[in-house]
Parts: sequence; structure tokens; C-alpha cells
Amino acid sequence: MTKELLQLRVNGESHTVAAEPHHTLLEVLREELQLTGTKHGCELGECGACTVLVDGVPVLSCLTLPAQLDDRAEVTTVEGLARAGEGAPGSDATMLHPLQTAFAEEGAAQCGYCTPGMLMAAKALLDTNPRPSRDEIAHAISGNLCRCTGYTAIYEAIEKAAQAR
Amino acid sequence: MRPFDYLEPETLDEALALLADDPDDTLVMAGGTAIVILMKQDLIRPARVIGLRRIAPLRAIGATDEGLRLGALATHGALARSPEVRGHAAALASTFAAVATVRIREQATLGGNLAHADPAQDPPVTLLALDGVAVARSKTRARRIPLDALFVDLFETSLEPDELLVAVELPRLPVGARATYKKFLPATLDDYATVSVAAVVATDATGACTHARIALGGAGPVPLRARAAERSLLRRRLDDAAIREAAALAAAATDPIDDLRGSAEYKRAMAGVWTARALREVA
Repeated sequence: MTKELLQLRVNGESHTVAAEPHHTLLEVLREELQLTGTKHGCELGECGACTVLVDGVPVLSCLTLPAQLDDRAEVTTVEGLARAGEGAPGSDATMLHPLQTAFAEEGAAQCGYCTPGMLMAAKALLDTNPRPSRDEIAHAISGNLCRCTGYTAIYEAIEKAAQAR
Repeated sequence: MRPFDYLEPETLDEALALLADDPDDTLVMAGGTAIVILMKQDLIRPARVIGLRRIAPLRAIGATDEGLRLGALATHGALARSPEVRGHAAALASTFAAVATVRIREQATLGGNLAHADPAQDPPVTLLALDGVAVARSKTRARRIPLDALFVDLFETSLEPDELLVAVELPRLPVGARATYKKFLPATLDDYATVSVAAVVATDATGACTHARIALGGAGPVPLRARAAERSLLRRRLDDAAIREAAALAAAATDPIDDLRGSAEYKRAMAGVWTARALREVA
């Protein structure tokens, strides 16, 4: 099977990627673009670890073929959350997204494997619903499995990020 | 996943012509949430995959003279948000909203869901109770398939290999009809139902039942209609005795399997319990 050229927009940059048509978006992001923040989890669409945003909508990159994406689709991965060079005035420091800051401050990551998927699911929620209730947060991250935290710290971090925006 | 050729037609006619070329070795992909898993697990090995995403007309959701037409490429999320769907039956919109997680709902489509024919899925149950009819096309034919004739067996439909499910049509409901969908989810929000029940009833001015539909999910190899239970309600007031009798008949119509969501015996009992709850809500 030969590779085919794909046009992908990821985190605001256009890429021409040579990939085999049966490779998933997750595989292409990790193996062709070296964006390894997005994680392999269950590979069955059940755990949410591979969540990325396509035009702001959360999708499972493990079940998506890049060919299914619109040519102009904008893919956002966890690497696209922080903004380089937007730290303190005059510095080159990276400014973390409010969700990343809140997750760190609230201890919402333990082993961290689910965290990229949690962050992307939470970003999709806050972008459409800036002041979600606890119940709306629970629905938004339903199916994003975390085996460490028991979720409470994750709910609290998302609430904190909502207040910070 | 094994390699395959990926084709992306621009129009329905082009897709049907591609499918007619080699129907037995070609799979059609809509959202991909079901078939990508099946391909990864090596349960299906298509030589060619036809991606439908460019065929925008198949996404349309709209009222017709006879009722409502749902395009096969409409996603569960789009259907859950659609004012037309909600206007036809709020229970149908909430059925789509009850499927899996937001990620699946934004990707998985109506047509993919029905063609996959998983008996534990939610939408087929409510669509059956709403007298849904699948519209299928091939290069040379078009036909309408009532949904209870679409589901043949576990993951098996009556679609021919060269046929594509293009829409589902729902007739207008009887005046005053009430509909509900009940999903028994004892574990987690994103799970498949242990059993699920859709009920649609209408009554006349005296309270006598003039229209009854009861459909069950997770209760057999296919989503099923509980016809004996439906018949038992006609011309009766929907009182406690009538509801108990219908619930017992619905339970008797089930043919569940033992799995991690419960024993067959438990699921049969729950089918009765949730049928009664559904009927009490719409009575």
C-alpha cells in the first residue's frame, strides 16, 4: 500500500503529510507529525484519551481517518493549547491555557495519561458553554476515563478554568 | 488495520456506481465509529472503503408532506439538536442525545447506526416505535424498507450489498400522540443500555387507546416491536391493569442473551419493568 499525500491543518499550521490511507488521525498525528501529546488508549472509542478537536468539535482520533476530514478542517491537539511567546510581557515564555494551569493547580492529573483528552474535551465544553454546571461538566467528560483521580479534582479544575476566563 | 483503497465520491450517483462495481468487497463508511473498530479488530476486511462525507445532501433533516425525513449522514448530535426532530417527537431528539458520548455523537451518523444493526443501540428502538421506514438506493433500484424488516439478525440487515441506506422517513404521528424513550443504564452514562424501551400511544376523548407502539432494545438479536403488547392496549383505557398486562407481554416477546450487563432472565424482567415505566409516562 502506497502512502498518499494529505493536507492537514493542525494547531494553526498547514502540513502536507505522506500517510497510508488506513492509518488513523491518531497515528498520523503521533507518527508523522510527532505530536505525541494525544494518547493511544483503548483504540475502541471508549476511553477518550485520543480526543482532539476538529473545527472545535471533540472527536476520537483513534476512530477517525484523516481522509474523512474536510480539506479546510482545523485540528487542535493538546500541543495547540499553550501559546508560545505569550507569557509575561517582554519574555519568550509560553503561556499555558487556563485549563492547563487549573489542572496543575488542582492536582487534576496524576499519572497524566488521560489528561490531554480531558483538556480537549473540557476546552470544547468551555468554548461553547463558558459557565457550565457540574452536571454539564460530567456530561462533557463522560467517557473520558481516568483511573487515578476519581474525577473530583478534574471537575474542580474545569470550574476554576471557567472562572478564570 | 489492514490496508484498503479509499474512495471518496462527490455525489450519490457516483457512490452507487462505485458500489455496483464490486459490492461484495466494498464497505461504505459514514462516521466510521463502528467500522473502524471492526476493521481494527480484523472482523471485516474490505478491499475498498467508500467514504460518503462529501455527499452533503445526505445530511439533510427536514419536514415533508407526509412527516419527517432524516438524511442518512445526519450525525446523532445534529439530530439531537434539530428543531424539526424535536418538533416531530421530543423523545426522538433525546434518544439521539442519549447515545454514548459527545465525541461519538458528533461523528456517528443515523445511516451508519442503522446499517450496523447493533441491537443494543438506542436510535433504532425509538425509530421503530415511530414507524420509521428506511429508504435504500442502488445503481438500478430504490426501495422503502420498514425498519422492522431492515433488522434481520445480530449486525445483519436486509440491505443488499449494492444498496445504500440514504434516509429514514417517519410518518406524521396521530394527533395527540405521546412518545417516550427509556434507557436502563445501571452502570455509566456512556454505556449501552441493559435494556431500553420506546413507547408511543394516542388515546381518544374517552381515554381509550387508539394507537400503541412498543419497541425494545438490548432485548434480542435485533431491536424488536412488542406487537402482542401493543395489541393488548388497543381500545382500552391505559390504567394500571392494562399497563401491567402489556408489560408482561413485552417481557415475553424478548429474547435476550447473558452478558456483562446482566443475565437473560434479568434483562427479560427489566424489559417488563421499563415497559411499564414508559407506558405510565405516556398514558
